[in-house]
Amino acid sequence: MTEQAHKLHRFHGGLHLPRHKEESTRDPVLPMRIPARLIVPLRQHIGESAEACVAPGDRVNKGQLIGRCDTYVGAAVHAPTSGRVVEIADHPVPHPSGLSAPCVVIEPDGRESWGESRLPPIEDYLDADPVSLRNRIREAGIVGLGGAAFPSAVKITPRPGQTLDCLVINGAECEPYITCDDSLMRTHARGVIEGIRILMQALKPRCCLIGIEDHMSGAIAAMRDALGGDEAHGIRIVPIPSLYPAGGERQLIQVLTGREVPSQGLPADIGIVCQNVGTAYAIYRAVAHGEPLISRIITVTGKGVQHPRNLEVLIGTPIADLVAAAEGYTDEVSRLIMGGPMMGFALQSDAIPVVKGTNCILAASHEDVAPPGPVMPCIRCGQCAEVCPAQLLPQQLYWFARAKDFDKAQDYSLFDCIECGCCAYVCPSNIPLVQYYRFAKNEIWAQERERRKADIARERHEFRQARLEQEEREKAERLARKKAALAAKQDDTADDPKKAAIQAALERAKARKAAQEAEQMSAEKADKEPSG
Amino acid sequence: MHFRTQTSPHMTPAHNVGQVMRRVLYALVPGTLAMAWYFGWGVLINVALAVVLAVGLEALMLVLRRRPVIPTLSDYSAVVTGWLFALALPPLTPWWVTLVGVGFAIVVAKHLYGGLGYNPFNPAMVGYVVVLLSFPREMTLWLPPMPLSEVSFGPMQALAAIFLGQLPPGLTWDAITTATPLDLMKTELGRNLTITEIRDNPLFGDFSGKGWEWIGNWFLLGGIALLFMRVITWHIPVAVLGGLAVTAGLFWIVDPDAYASPAFHVFSGAAILGAFFIATDPVSASTTPMGRILYGLGIGVLIYVIRTWGNYPDAVAFAVLLMNMAAPTIDHYTRPRVFGQKPPRRENGGTP
Repeated sequence: MTEQAHKLHRFHGGLHLPRHKEESTRDPVLPMRIPARLIVPLRQHIGESAEACVAPGDRVNKGQLIGRCDTYVGAAVHAPTSGRVVEIADHPVPHPSGLSAPCVVIEPDGRESWGESRLPPIEDYLDADPVSLRNRIREAGIVGLGGAAFPSAVKITPRPGQTLDCLVINGAECEPYITCDDSLMRTHARGVIEGIRILMQALKPRCCLIGIEDHMSGAIAAMRDALGGDEAHGIRIVPIPSLYPAGGERQLIQVLTGREVPSQGLPADIGIVCQNVGTAYAIYRAVAHGEPLISRIITVTGKGVQHPRNLEVLIGTPIADLVAAAEGYTDEVSRLIMGGPMMGFALQSDAIPVVKGTNCILAASHEDVAPPGPVMPCIRCGQCAEVCPAQLLPQQLYWFARAKDFDKAQDYSLFDCIECGCCAYVCPSNIPLVQYYRFAKNEIWAQERERRKADIARERHEFRQARLEQEEREKAERLARKKAALAAKQDDTADDPKKAAIQAALERAKARKAAQEAEQMSAEKADKEPSG
Repeated sequence: MHFRTQTSPHMTPAHNVGQVMRRVLYALVPGTLAMAWYFGWGVLINVALAVVLAVGLEALMLVLRRRPVIPTLSDYSAVVTGWLFALALPPLTPWWVTLVGVGFAIVVAKHLYGGLGYNPFNPAMVGYVVVLLSFPREMTLWLPPMPLSEVSFGPMQALAAIFLGQLPPGLTWDAITTATPLDLMKTELGRNLTITEIRDNPLFGDFSGKGWEWIGNWFLLGGIALLFMRVITWHIPVAVLGGLAVTAGLFWIVDPDAYASPAFHVFSGAAILGAFFIATDPVSASTTPMGRILYGLGIGVLIYVIRTWGNYPDAVAFAVLLMNMAAPTIDHYTRPRVFGQKPPRRENGGTP
């Protein structure tokens, strides 16, 4: 199968970073032992949190649904192994701010028994109905495993009037240190390819491109082997230049197709769906084997652990157990990072569990993440603008964020920043640029929330005002109606002789009374006059 | 186990300002040595004096402004300013001229505007223009380049001339100084001589002045090194030299006897030094790719205009300062197209 080379495109900027990939790829993937406790967060994805559907004390099977999610953008959560639910309570979850969220805590029984909980495998998945495949992906709680954890079923469902004609599979893994996708492709290439074919069956795209950074020769060879060449079944494996952030969704799409995802838009807007290789593999397991997403491969690496490697981990395993599987910390450990060194976030504690979107635990040493020198003034050298993959002007954004001139920052497309960290990495003045952008974004969001709140308050006030006015009006109308009715009644009396007689009698009595009163009054006057 | 947190990116930045400035200094070495070769020890003494003064004044200003002294001094920006200023001086400039120039550059143009990163004008050029306007006589004390000079100054003689104003016995300033090729070109053209006639003067070499063209070549080498070290991008130097050469070429084609050739302009005076080392000062230049090209073209055209029709023989300093003023506006109108956005967004007005 000799094909002409796929035409590659370039994205703006980018960085050649020290890769640090060898450390964790020396040994094969190690399936981890079942930990003593699993802490499974009910919200591990973008969208609504799942609702716990088990109670403390319940026995659960491996793969049993423990968190139900009925909203469209959301994902179900399943028991990673069999055991007993100990509690459902708030625990610290992986989040940059270190917040706690509801988790189901399971004490494994070590039996790994599926019971009745395995979903019925779809054997003939290459002929299956797209809707049933999408439903399976949804039931299995599959989310994007590249890190963003967006519910996959939503991503592969075209909106009305939309055609999704190109499937892009992300195997680029551009961030330093991370090798979980590399390991997955080397060990489960066939499963990944089958997963991609399932995605194609669900989407029916015109083309499918797998982007893998060209330094991952082992992964590329394994994938070629599994596919039977560079191109088969409408799928094409494309080695791409190693340049951070080539694995960013927008960047990868540009490199492979030359198309730009519109600013503030989604790949679907230009007919593209992008899925990670890990997601494809999870889809294969869910469809062909009926296994929901309960485990994944995670890289544990950095000079902070004794034995960097890749582990197959049950979702909900505390990070401390992963570190133990990597033979513990070294003395050099100084920072614990979930994700890579460019976009990952630092964790406060290793008691936090791993979630579906966790690709890497980086125990960084002082040397890996040495504190930069003192922050110096910006010298406008423009290196940040040269490396920015979104082609922004980071130095200008920095000035606007610093001056809290948020309108101007938005005018300079602040929200097109993907926070890849290239600008901060090249900044000779050591300015924490990304922090400034996050600050500005958060301030703008906060302002918008305030504005929305104020709008709601104003609407409510106006509604109340209108309601009161209406009530007032209705009351007045009612009164007027009553009066009118009364007046009409009085007019009616003229026609009724009996009533007229009564009326006449009443009037006579009134006149009499008035005359008496007048007499009495004049008498009183007479009495008073002499004394006055 | 508990850890301290920090936000991403976690990787240590690859560069620092000190490194950038040191690379600029390394790149200045060949051209500076070439200049010393042609014009004697005075060049090196000027550089040393200006650098010492610049660092001393920077330290003084930092103390007065209650800013950290050592971290700021280690950014080497004062050294670069002093060095560049010294390269613009005639080889035996009296020490007090250097003091006034460097003082203006560091104290006024840099620190009174807020220090590194905040100065709208290139400090070295501000200092140079101040002394050029204030001490016109001292600023024209150029010696003939080495192959033409009859007297050679040793280091002690150069020191005496610079610090004490004493020349070796039997010499007068008038006897030893001479016009620069740009000066000569200007005065002789003013006397209605043709270029061919003017170029018969022994001061002229292959492209421009003897010595000057080789100094230019060595600065060019340093500039190319800066490009390779990624300290600067190609936009500004190419645009400056291109703007100068194209403008000069147009007039030269029309009347080669009345207008000097593009090669003469490019290799004369401070054009190459200016294009690679002065116009590229990031703080006062444009920062967008398109903006840098416009900014450089502006400098190139202005150099030609001022050299040809202005009052001063060389014009790099004036051209750079004029374009410094335009840089913020240029940046505003040359924003690159953001990824995923179709037309480049340009708003009307609303500048802060």
